[in-house]
Amino acid sequence: MASFTVELVSPEKVLFSGEATQVITRTLGGGEIAFLPGHAPFLGALTENHTRITLADGNVLDVAVHGGFVQVSGDKVSILSDVAELGEQIDRTRAITAKERAEESLRKEHDAEAVAALSRAHARLNASGGMAGLNSGSH
Amino acid sequence: MAGGQERILRGRIRSVQATKKITRAMELIAASRIVKAQQRVAAAVPYSDQITEVVKDLAAAGGASQSPLLAGRDVKTTAYVVITADRGLCGGYNAGVQRATEGEIKKDVLKGSDYTVIAVGRKAEGYFRFRGYKIQRTFAGFSDNPTYADAKQIGEFIVEEYLAGNIDRVELVYTRFISAGSQEVVQRPLVPLERETVEGGDGKGLDADGTAADFEFEPDPGTILDTLLPRYVEARIYAALLNAAASEHAFRQRAMKSATDNAEELIKNLSRIMNRARQDSITTEIMEIVSGAEALSGDSKKVRLVELMPLVEAASTPVSGH
Repeated sequence: MASFTVELVSPEKVLFSGEATQVITRTLGGGEIAFLPGHAPFLGALTENHTRITLADGNVLDVAVHGGFVQVSGDKVSILSDVAELGEQIDRTRAITAKERAEESLRKEHDAEAVAALSRAHARLNASGGMAGLNSGSH
Repeated sequence: MAGGQERILRGRIRSVQATKKITRAMELIAASRIVKAQQRVAAAVPYSDQITEVVKDLAAAGGASQSPLLAGRDVKTTAYVVITADRGLCGGYNAGVQRATEGEIKKDVLKGSDYTVIAVGRKAEGYFRFRGYKIQRTFAGFSDNPTYADAKQIGEFIVEEYLAGNIDRVELVYTRFISAGSQEVVQRPLVPLERETVEGGDGKGLDADGTAADFEFEPDPGTILDTLLPRYVEARIYAALLNAAASEHAFRQRAMKSATDNAEELIKNLSRIMNRARQDSITTEIMEIVSGAEALSGDSKKVRLVELMPLVEAASTPVSGH
């Protein structure tokens, strides 16, 4: 199967680099977008999202990407992000607490910081095993 | 008395030895940190390379020009971001950066334009505050191990001030790390972003395969550029901080190495003086014994002098004489 090189780069180090067959991410205002090998050159700004990288061996790498950019050119996809966390390294308990705290403060008033915190928590939770099984008692 | 001098010297040698132990430890710590800092510099390269590439691609697609970060304006106030260490004991590291900045500021003042200092590191703050320069803001506490969050904080402040019109040009002054043996103080323009870096450049801009022009953008190039440029500024600052940190360790290692060598030299000289003093006091002591014995002997001088000879030897070496 055709594959391309995916690089996930944060300012401090290269988080991941390897062959993959598909990348799904979410652009600013544009919704989710999937890249397959041979995609046209593309440049996009990303929101907080749960990015899925289907590796060449069929496994899926889950990553919480907190904003950044994606660049597709030739057979290479580069994701640049200030803050990105691999799914297996995410502290779920902390993310859940953060989610509840954000929801709590959103119930009182609508402020941008809490909205951002909530979407960060969502990205983390999605990337670390999904929202299922979570007691979303807040609704 | 001679014994007193010897005691004083012994005390001094001990204190120099203690200092030497400290400088030696600092030297070793700095040496091990250089390696780590160097790795961090290297690890930051892919991101800054790629973000530069993205900026070029965007510029090639014509998304540039609206952002004030790209367009220069008449320079009334120049902000100098001075990156130094938080601590001293690193030879001429801080002095080099401070002197370079001071020279630039003087030039600006002569030209009649205004300046302001953004001090990164306690040493820069202390230096410029003491001399009465205008300090706009200080950042400190991370000079030997900067994180991206630190760079972000500085970057956000600079972008904010620039967009607010308080500053019209930003220059970075820091020490570039070339290798463990060589570093240099450099001054790099940061904002507005250099035209040549952003436009065309040497990347795969508008070259033969023509891919650059065919990029799809989401959202539009202008919006991407607006979110991208602050990140680009941060990445540049981060790279400068990492270079400065590596240089700081290299400077400190060298300074501490020469301090250790000096201490060794000092110990050698002091030991020599101390040994001489000890020898002197022994000689004096023998002389006292001899003259004491002589005084006691009374009349028969000749006989006594002959008998005293073995006594002199016995004083220096415990030989079972008689």
